[in-house]
Amino acid sequence: MSSINRHSKQITATVVSNKRIGQYHQLLLNIGHVVENARPGNFVAISVGGENSGLILRRAFAISRVSHRSDKGDGTMELIVAPHGSGSKWLCSQPEGASLDVVVPLGTAFGIPTEPAQALLIGGGYGSAPLFGLAEVLKSKGCRVDMILGASTASKIYAPIEGKRSVNSLKIYTEDGSAGTLGKVTDPIPSLIEEGLVDVIYSCGPMAMLAAISHIANAADIVHQCAVEESMACGIGVCMTCVLPVENSDGQIAMLRSCIDGPVMDGSRVQWNQVGKVAK
Amino acid sequence: MPEFDFSTTLGPAWFPTPLFTASGCASSGKELSQFFPLRDIGAVVTKSIMLKARPGRPTPRMAETPSGMLNSIGLQGPGIDTFLANDIPWLLQHNARVIVSIAGENVDEYAVLARKLRSVEGISAVEVNISCPNVENRGLVFACDPQASRLVVDGVRRTLGGDIPILVKLSPDVTDIVEIARGVIDAGADGLSLINTILGMVINVDTMRPHLAGKTGGLSGPAIRPVAVRAIYQVHQAFPKIPILGMGGVRSGRDAFELVLAGASGVSVGTATFSNPMAVIDVQNQLREILMSKGFNSLKEAVGFAHRDE
Repeated sequence: MSSINRHSKQITATVVSNKRIGQYHQLLLNIGHVVENARPGNFVAISVGGENSGLILRRAFAISRVSHRSDKGDGTMELIVAPHGSGSKWLCSQPEGASLDVVVPLGTAFGIPTEPAQALLIGGGYGSAPLFGLAEVLKSKGCRVDMILGASTASKIYAPIEGKRSVNSLKIYTEDGSAGTLGKVTDPIPSLIEEGLVDVIYSCGPMAMLAAISHIANAADIVHQCAVEESMACGIGVCMTCVLPVENSDGQIAMLRSCIDGPVMDGSRVQWNQVGKVAK
Repeated sequence: MPEFDFSTTLGPAWFPTPLFTASGCASSGKELSQFFPLRDIGAVVTKSIMLKARPGRPTPRMAETPSGMLNSIGLQGPGIDTFLANDIPWLLQHNARVIVSIAGENVDEYAVLARKLRSVEGISAVEVNISCPNVENRGLVFACDPQASRLVVDGVRRTLGGDIPILVKLSPDVTDIVEIARGVIDAGADGLSLINTILGMVINVDTMRPHLAGKTGGLSGPAIRPVAVRAIYQVHQAFPKIPILGMGGVRSGRDAFELVLAGASGVSVGTATFSNPMAVIDVQNQLREILMSKGFNSLKEAVGFAHRDE
């Protein structure tokens, strides 16, 4: 049984900037020295709606990237937010200087290879956000980083120009062909594996995409670390709403919490065909 | 001026403060200890434990609603033996006071759970959850049936003997909560936990089907606070000597004060913890301040104060 991220703290963060990028908002928050403990894959849980809001639950967002200026005691964290529901719309409307109640960092992080390796990073929609921070870390460890991003249509691709600097190659796939290649992110994976260009796969995006990648990775016996997505009420492991059927170390299938045992999980252990069903 | 007395009692059990976690909203306490020392609150009320390990319900298990949420967890848990081997020792090592919540599938199972708890040192009280709305068979919500409620509590009381206080958690989804309360008090309950969640449903307008995999779920959060206040008021009026652990939508000291005025001797903070991990501590500090500013010398003076004569 795993435990809550031991670095988690409830803090007040300040909005440093809030920019619209395509269909998404890029929020930069100052979280001070807490940033030192944030790792690629970790997420944050933010209160939305203000003090008297009827929106009583926190919203969870993957940390996209962090930067740290120890000389000033400043640490900033970037989030990519899609203004879909009332909570995320409220967050996207927060001006520079606004204060936010944030619990950070939460959850597991992507494992970083100890030796330089060839890493394939795959993102769906704004699920690409945490992959850019991961790419920077992998690059700094001497890894080769290839990235594949996909979405239903061009405006749902999140691929900032500065992010492209930290990858060796970037391929884009859209289901309507409005950007990059017509097709799905999973299309090129088998041939990349065949060519010996993939030692490890990292992914973040919709569950169906993660399941499809797991299927390919399992067949080729390639390690697949995926950041899962389940709706959660608390983010800190107490509400039990964000569970997934996952094979644990004893070979038993257990309903694990994606906020504590995830979001980064070993794709080969997640029982993708059982998600949304009762664990047996 | 005498020192303010914030302590409370639930039957024979004494607690230094009247603030508790709510069962099912704090897991077994470990996660919250990241945010505050568990010994600083009255007690941790653990998530209802059953005899065997249970995977719970499939997802989606949650839906946010106006000032509230629906949950349909289905009592996921490790089973009583693992719980007693891992969770209780951890809590006691960390000097937390513990109220163990139990849930059975039938009358006998409650007694078996009670037998397993009888020999465990250090438990402050047992909360008998007869009102979880997320069981397969709604007919098994014992708290909707005066006779079944009475039988469960009678079995637990006989098994536990007189040493460990028993709190019985009731559902507000009944015609007359006072009648249900009467039954379990007669059967030997030391106190009552009021209220469990209210059965609700959300239909997803995109899929045009019930949103939760379990279709129905328990409504919690500020939306149900007036229901909690009403239930506590009615039961306290009928049984002023029976201590009540109140819960339902409390997220501030002001809310907790309202439940105390209605007749609660202790207050559990549940759903508010999901949005604020420090909620129990915050509510505790705010309630102490409010009571003192209103001129009360103790928590006990304020319990049921809304019932006073003109």
